[in-house]
Order: sequence, then C-alpha cells, then structure tokens
Amino acid sequence: MKVKIKVWRQAGPNEKGAFKTYDVDGILPEMSLLETLDVLNEQLTKAGEEPVAFDSDCREGICGACGLMVNGMAHGPRRKCTSCELRMRHFGEGAMITVEPFRARAFPVIKDLVVDRSAFDRIIAAGGYTSVNAGSAPDANSILIPKDKAEKAMDSAACIGCGACVAACPNASASLFVGAKITQFSLLPQGQAERDRRALRMVAQMDEEGFGNCSNHAECEAACPKGISISNIANMRREYMHAGRVYEEHAGGGGAG
Amino acid sequence: MSKPQIWKSTVGKKVLASVSGLALVAFVIVHLIGNLTLFVGRDGKLFNSYAHHLESLGPLLYVAEVGLILIVVLHIATALGVRIGQRRARPQGYGVYGSKHGPSKQTLASRSMAITGVIILLFIPLHVWMFKFNAGRGFTDVDFDGHSVKDLYLVVLTAFKDPMKAWAYVGIMALLGLHLRHGFWSAFQSLGAFAPKRLPAFYAAGLICALLLAAGFIALPLYLLYCGPDPATLRGGVGG
Ligand code: FES
Repeated sequence: MKVKIKVWRQAGPNEKGAFKTYDVDGILPEMSLLETLDVLNEQLTKAGEEPVAFDSDCREGICGACGLMVNGMAHGPRRKCTSCELRMRHFGEGAMITVEPFRARAFPVIKDLVVDRSAFDRIIAAGGYTSVNAGSAPDANSILIPKDKAEKAMDSAACIGCGACVAACPNASASLFVGAKITQFSLLPQGQAERDRRALRMVAQMDEEGFGNCSNHAECEAACPKGISISNIANMRREYMHAGRVYEEHAGGGGAG
Repeated sequence: MSKPQIWKSTVGKKVLASVSGLALVAFVIVHLIGNLTLFVGRDGKLFNSYAHHLESLGPLLYVAEVGLILIVVLHIATALGVRIGQRRARPQGYGVYGSKHGPSKQTLASRSMAITGVIILLFIPLHVWMFKFNAGRGFTDVDFDGHSVKDLYLVVLTAFKDPMKAWAYVGIMALLGLHLRHGFWSAFQSLGAFAPKRLPAFYAAGLICALLLAAGFIALPLYLLYCGPDPATLRGGVGG
C-alpha cells in the first residue's frame, strides 16, 4: 500500500508548527498506523531529516501512551480502538491520512505529535488513590464486594488515561477521565474513606488545569478506546454535589481527614 | 475549616444551568398550554379570558415575572461561564475535526446552544413588547362577562396575519426546538440522573419534548395566518 501522511510538525513547545505531507510506500494492510509512522521515520532518517516524534509504549492498546488525532478523530475512525491498534487496512490505497496531536490548553505540545499529559497525573495525585495499610499483603477476598459493583467498578477502571476524551471533546473537557476515576473508587469499599474529599479535590484540580466544561456532547464516549460511558460523568456530578454539601476541608490538611 | 466553593466549579455551574434551564422549560410548557386556547373558537373568547385572568393576578404576577427574569439571568450567567471556559480550553483548534458517531450526541443542536440561546434571548424583549407592553395600542377593548377586557386575541391575530411576522415566529420557535433538543436531556445528565441503560430513553424523550413544544408554538402563528378569522370583520369592523 501507498499512503500520504499529512502530519503536524513542531520542533518544540514554543515553536510554530505546521502540517507537512509525506508519501509513504511499502505499507502492509495489517500494519498499524504507528508502524506506518515508523516506516516514515526510517525514510526521514535516511534522508537526513528529523523523524516525527510520537508517543507509544505497549502497542497493544492497554497502556494509554499512544494518542493521535487521525482524520479529525481521536485514535482514528474506529470505535474502541487505540492509535496503536489502528490497522492500515481501514484506509484505502493512496489514502491521505491527517495526523495531529491531541489539542487542549491542558495538554501542551512538546514536539510534533507528543503532548504533555501530566495534567492527568496531577488530577490523580489530587485524589485518585486509596489509603491502605502498608505491610503484608492482605488476604484475597478479605473484603467482600458484590459482583455487580465489582463489574461496574471494572468498567470505569478500564480507563487507560490516554486523553482521547479530552482530545475529542469540542470543549477539551476531562470529565470522562475524572468521572471514570471517581466512579471506580466510589463503588468499592476501599474507596469510601476518601470518597467525598476525592470528588471535590479531583474536580478542583481538573478545573485548575484548564480543561473545558462538559456540554454533554458525549463525543468522549465515542472516542474512548475502552468505551467508557458518560454515565460516569453523571455519577461524578452526583458525587461532587453530595460531597459539596457534607464535606468540610480542614485547614491544616493531613490528619485523619 | 472551609466549605468548598462548589458553585464556582465547572460541575456546579453546569448544575445551575440545568436547574434554571428546566425551570424555563416548565415555564415554556405552561406558556404553550395557555396559548393553545387560541385554537378554541373563532372569536378568541377563551384566550382573552385566560389573558384577563393572568393580568388580574396582580402582585402575584409581578412576583412570577421577577422570578422568571432571575431564572433567565441565572441561566445566562452560568451558561456564559461554561462557554467562556470552553473557549479557553483549546486555544489551538484542529486542522481536521469530525464526530465518531456511535454513542456521540454531538449534533447541530448540541454545537449551536450558544447561538440559539442568544437568538432566543434577543427575541424575548421583542416578544414581550409586542404582546404585552405595546399590545392594545390602537385596539378597542371587548366586553367580557360584563366588564371590558383588552382584546389580546385581536392583537395576536392581527400580528400573525402578517406573513413576515408569522414566519419569523416559526423560525425562532424552530430554534427554540433545536435548543431544547440538546438542552432538555442534557440537563438531566448534568444533574447526574443517568444509569447507562436509561440514557437512550431520556435522549429520545428529549427529542420528543423538543418536537412537541416546537410544533405547538409553530402551529399557532401558522393557524392564525392561514385559518384564522379576518381581523377586519371580527369585531363587526372595529379594530385592525
Ligand atoms: S501504545 Fe499502549 S495503548 Fe497504544
């Protein structure tokens, strides 16, 4: 297969970027889009040009490192699919494929297609954890969790933190990500200790990072490689409003809060 | 100890926008039901009596009006806050952008909430001027159960016998329908109402609600324009 790749090139965070179009030959239909970029990069390196920078790690759709805007859609046109799993057979011979970085004020471009998603890490640090006793490993099944709750929590926990929800959202909102994390913990006994504080702090951090507000376009659910439902966002709002009524932040911080 | 400032957060603003939006939907429903009396009879007796009863509520009406204005202001303020935050959140847009469809609810309706909202907002003072403050100027009161009341029916009929005005109303009511197509179900989602299984039903209900309301408001001017009595002869040649 032969394809044209129109890709965003940007030398650094403060440089001006622009699209550049490359012809790439010798592509197999079973190759992934990232492998096609690998082929392109080999071509560029041989020609003495700077290769295209992009993120990837597992390349099997489980780590969330990859994240590209492909033909205007986060992770490309296929549903429940990451950029690394997107096969070239979904594009026709000679197709023009536009590849852009995820765009949001909270996800600044570092280089070419690589964006800084550490805003997500800071949201997690603000409340996406549970407190457990360190020491010996607890016995399996020592905490009983009803099956339906466990399954719902697993649905939310399927989030790989790729940021496609933010990229696809017309408002660059991180609500699906934050909603999934808050929901996952709110369903499990281990998540109860920090439940109210978590909802308040994660939402506050989300706002502080400069993500947009959710308008319920539900584009995030369509873009999510794990198909996480926007009912997680509804749940985040419930958790948040409840916490806002009952929880008071202690000025000193820390403690048993 | 400090209470978190929930109403300043993105979630809190959205909740306020939803609650105020739903209150406005309730008002619009009541408004439409009242207006449906225009369909009854060809002399506007029922409509005039309905309007008269509303006016004779006196101070209660003022309270309702002030309340309504406050709700509109709250809706605008929170929706505006939401909108401004969105603009800032993506300073650089995409070269190519499209919906992935499937579960996406991104539609013309959802993307045009701000613009349909602004048009409806501009329409309200015009509408109130036309049918409240300026109504009755140049019209004779009619007799109603012994006392004379404002002939609002004739005012409305005369206005909508002008095809320009009637069709302008149709257009704006279509935009109201578009606004509600996204706004109605979205308000419930913002209030945290959905389990995944119930979402498609609510989304469909939102469409039906928007269609019914828009259809009701669109039918009225068209009915008066094409099927209404002739205003020149309605009150024995008086009026118009
Ligand atoms: S590289 Fe790990 S999910 Fe794509």
